[in-house]
Amino acid sequence: MKTLILMLGMLLSLASLQTQAAFNTYDFADPVKKERFDKLINELRCTVCQNQTIADSNADLAKDLRDKVYVMINDGKSDQQIKDFMVARFTDFVLYKPPVKKSTYLLWTGPFIMMGLAIVFLIAYIRKRTRTPSPSIDEHDHERVQALLKEQQKDTRND
Amino acid sequence: MKLRALIPLLAFIVLVILLAIGLTRDPKKIPSPLIGKPAPQFSLPAVLQPQQQVATADFIGKVALFNVWASWCAACREEHPLLVEFAKQYDTPIYGLNYKDQRADAIRWLEVFGNPYVNSAFDLQGTVGIDWGVYGVPETFLIDKKGIIRFKQIGPITMDVLNNEILPLIRQLEQES
Repeated sequence: MKTLILMLGMLLSLASLQTQAAFNTYDFADPVKKERFDKLINELRCTVCQNQTIADSNADLAKDLRDKVYVMINDGKSDQQIKDFMVARFTDFVLYKPPVKKSTYLLWTGPFIMMGLAIVFLIAYIRKRTRTPSPSIDEHDHERVQALLKEQQKDTRND
Repeated sequence: MKLRALIPLLAFIVLVILLAIGLTRDPKKIPSPLIGKPAPQFSLPAVLQPQQQVATADFIGKVALFNVWASWCAACREEHPLLVEFAKQYDTPIYGLNYKDQRADAIRWLEVFGNPYVNSAFDLQGTVGIDWGVYGVPETFLIDKKGIIRFKQIGPITMDVLNNEILPLIRQLEQES
């Protein structure tokens, strides 16, 4: 048990060390710049490990790109200039949020089109169902049902 | 009524076709925005002679290959014999960008496996790599006489890519003024 706790403790301290290593190497005199830096590196995709941002990734290239963002922010570049710099080299692919343009219209509107279609189908279906009359019963059948129900009631009472 | 029953099946078939197309595409291949654009400018010390500079200007005026390599890159080793063979057979110069490597390792690599490069630039920090949009070594660019990037290969060049894409394009670019 003691060793287990010790191991867990070691793991935890390792984990905290790692997150610190990723972020504390970048010092900004200006807290606004620090905020912009944190926001930008969380919006840029690591091109090597494609499902991670350059903030999350430990890849060498991700580190280089973080360094580049750091240098560019300190050089007084705007967020847009930094994004443009990345897009010029790695295409829109580096942006986690792709821009709205011709080639991405379907990507942006697709989900809404699908939802619209689903709503249209749903309304059509509900309308059709309410329009179909419920089957009617004539006098004779009605009496039979009543008789059957009574019989069943008697049966359950006798049980 | 019967036709309506087929709708889910049709929808399923369309979905399968779309997924099948998706599977054949390699998500690791990002189209290069640099194709059709001038080669990014750089000037770096050479791998073999550190006092000598290798620059973009070196390969402007001729059709040239620009190959990004590193001694730590396994796929480069796979590609290397093909480059050595290419350098023997064709006049098109190959320039190298030694990417985030140790100089001693890079020199040893060239001694052991052969040096197909007219010259290799030494990019220790990987900054020139970023300018060229390099994200997976090896990468190879084909540059025309005016210094415009015309083709990019991500990953090792295969015989197939060389014969069917690079060589025909080199022949075409040689014709251009």
